[in-house]
Amino acid sequence: MSTSIIDPKNLVYAKPVLMNETQMHYCPGCSHGVVHKLVAEVIDEMGLKEITIGIAPVGCAVFAYDYLDIDWQEAAHGRAPALATAVKRLNPDKMVFTYQGDGDLAAIGTAETIHAANRGENIAIIFINNGIYGMTGGQMAPTTLMNMKTSTTPNGRDTHENGYPLKITDLLAQLPGVCLATRHSVHTAGAVKKAKRMIAKAFQNSLDGKGTSIVEIVSTCSAGWKMSPAGANDWMVENMFPVYPMGDIKNI
Amino acid sequence: MSEEIYLMKGNEAIAHAAIRIGVDGYFGYPITPQSEIIETLMAEAPWTTTGMVVMQAESETASINMVYGGAGCGKMVMTSSSSTGMSLMQEGVSFLAGGNLPCLLINVMRGGPGLGTIQPSQSDYFQTVKGGGHGDYKMITLAPASVQEMADFVDLGFELAFKYSTPATILADGVIGQMMEKVKLPEFRRRRTEKEIREQCPWATLGKPADRKPNVITTLQLDSAVMEKCNLDLQAKYKEIEANEIRYQEIDCEDIDYLIVAFGSAARISQKAIELARAEGIKVGVLRPITLWPFPTKIIKEYASKVKGILTVEMNAGQMVEDVRLSVNGQVPVEHFGRLGGIIPTPNEVVVALKEKMGC
Repeated sequence: MSTSIIDPKNLVYAKPVLMNETQMHYCPGCSHGVVHKLVAEVIDEMGLKEITIGIAPVGCAVFAYDYLDIDWQEAAHGRAPALATAVKRLNPDKMVFTYQGDGDLAAIGTAETIHAANRGENIAIIFINNGIYGMTGGQMAPTTLMNMKTSTTPNGRDTHENGYPLKITDLLAQLPGVCLATRHSVHTAGAVKKAKRMIAKAFQNSLDGKGTSIVEIVSTCSAGWKMSPAGANDWMVENMFPVYPMGDIKNI
Repeated sequence: MSEEIYLMKGNEAIAHAAIRIGVDGYFGYPITPQSEIIETLMAEAPWTTTGMVVMQAESETASINMVYGGAGCGKMVMTSSSSTGMSLMQEGVSFLAGGNLPCLLINVMRGGPGLGTIQPSQSDYFQTVKGGGHGDYKMITLAPASVQEMADFVDLGFELAFKYSTPATILADGVIGQMMEKVKLPEFRRRRTEKEIREQCPWATLGKPADRKPNVITTLQLDSAVMEKCNLDLQAKYKEIEANEIRYQEIDCEDIDYLIVAFGSAARISQKAIELARAEGIKVGVLRPITLWPFPTKIIKEYASKVKGILTVEMNAGQMVEDVRLSVNGQVPVEHFGRLGGIIPTPNEVVVALKEKMGC
C-alpha cells in the first residue's frame, strides 16, 4: 500500500509541464498567473511545445519568458505584433503568439496591432486588459474606465481630457483579417475553462491559417487598483464587465 | 562562360544582391531616395524562387521590429530606409544591438534635419557611427562609393553581422543609391535550411526541441551587475571588431603633402579633385574609409606624420572630421569642407577648399 497521500489515481490536477520552477513576480490576485497557466496547458495539450515561439511584451508580463519553457522573444514596447509577423512569415510552420497588456497593445503598439490584424497575420494575440499600467505603478491605460482614479488621473479619468476607454477588441473585430475576437475573464472556475477553450481556438486558427485571433482577458490588478484580490474580482465584475462584456465579438 | 555585367542603380543592385546571396527576409517602408530597393524586390518576387519574404510594413517602426523578429530566428533579414526613416527605427536598432542580433540595415541618406530634402547627403554619419539609439552600442558601418560596392556590401554586411552577432549598416547616400553604373552581381547561393540555421545560430528562437533549454531573445536585465556584464561583453565584442575589421582604400597616396579623407560619393568627387590638384602640382591623395566604424584611426595617424595637413570632404557640416581629428590628435591641421542641404560638391570646389584651408 502506498504511503503517499498523492496516489496517482487521485491526481486530478497538476502544474502544466511547460511551467518551470521560477517564482512568479506577479502580485497576489493578479490574473497573469492564471493566463500563463492556460497558455502553457494549451501549448502542451495541442502538442505545440517544440514549434511555438512566444513574443513577450513590455509591461507586467515582460518576464513571461521566465515562466514558460518555450522559445521566446522579448519585444520593444508595443512592437510584439511586428515581431510576430516576421517570425510567422519566415517560419510558416511554427505557432506564433503574442502576450500583451493594454498599454502595450492598445496605446503605444496600436499601429502594429491593427496592421498585423488587418493583414490577417496567422498569429494569436493574448490580450490582458486590466485598465491600468501595472508595471510602472498604476498610471492611466487606454482601457481605463471613465472616472477611474489612477496615478496620472488622480481625480478620475475625465473624457474631456483623456478620451474614452478604448474597446480595441471590438475595433479589431471589424477587420476582415481577424477570424476571432473574443473577450473573457479568469475570475471563476467556469470563466477559466471558457478562456482556455478560446485560447486553444485561437491557436488552432493560427495553425489552420485562418487569420489573426485575439483573445482579450479582462483582468484584475489588485495592486494598481489598490484592492484586495477578492475585492478586485468583485470590482472587475461590477465595473469592468459592463464596459467590456464577456463573449465572442467575432468567431468565424 | 561570359561574365554577366549589368547596368543598374545602386538601390537596384542591393535588391538583386540580396536575392542572390540567399537573404530570408526584407521588411521596409517606402521613402525617397531608396524606394527602388523594395520596388525591385517586389518586381522580382523572390518568394516564388528562393523563398525570400518581402514585406511592405506600415512604418519604419514596424519594419525594424520585423527585422528584430526575423533576426531573433537566426534568419538573414534586412531593411532599408533613408535618414528620417532611420531616425524612426533607432529604438529598434538599439534593441538589435543589445540583443546581439545579426541583420543588415541600409540607409540611403538624404538631407536633414526634419523632412529636410530628398537630395543626397551624408549627414547621418553621427547617427549611424556614434549610435543613433540609446545605450552604449556601436554599429558596423560600411560606406559604399560605387554601385558595385552596393552589391558587394550586402554580402559583406551579412558576413560581418553574423560573424559578430550584431547589426551592420550600409551607409550610402542618395548619389550612390540613384546613380547607374556597371555591376557584377554575386553568384546565386541558396538560403540556409532550418537545420543549418540551428547549427550556425544555436541561440535562434525556432521552437525548443526537447534536448535544449528555451532560447530567449531579450535585452532586459534588472540586476545591475548582470546588466554591466552584458555591457562589458558588448564592449569586448566591439574591441574585437575594431581589431579585425577596419577597411579603407588609399588613392594616389604615395609621396603626398596633403591628404583628403572622404567616404561614399564625396570620395568619388575627391578622387577627381586630386587629379585636378595634381595637374596644378599639389601632391594630394585620398584616403577613403570603407568602414566608418570601426574607423581607420591607425592609418590616418600614420599619415599625420607624413603630410602637412588633412582635409575631410563630407556632404555634411563636419561629422567624420571629428574622428579624423581624434586620430591625428593635433599633430597636423585637420579641416573640413562640406556642402549641405542636398548640394553635391564639385571637384573644383574641393580643389579651391584644399588650397584655401590647407594653404597650398
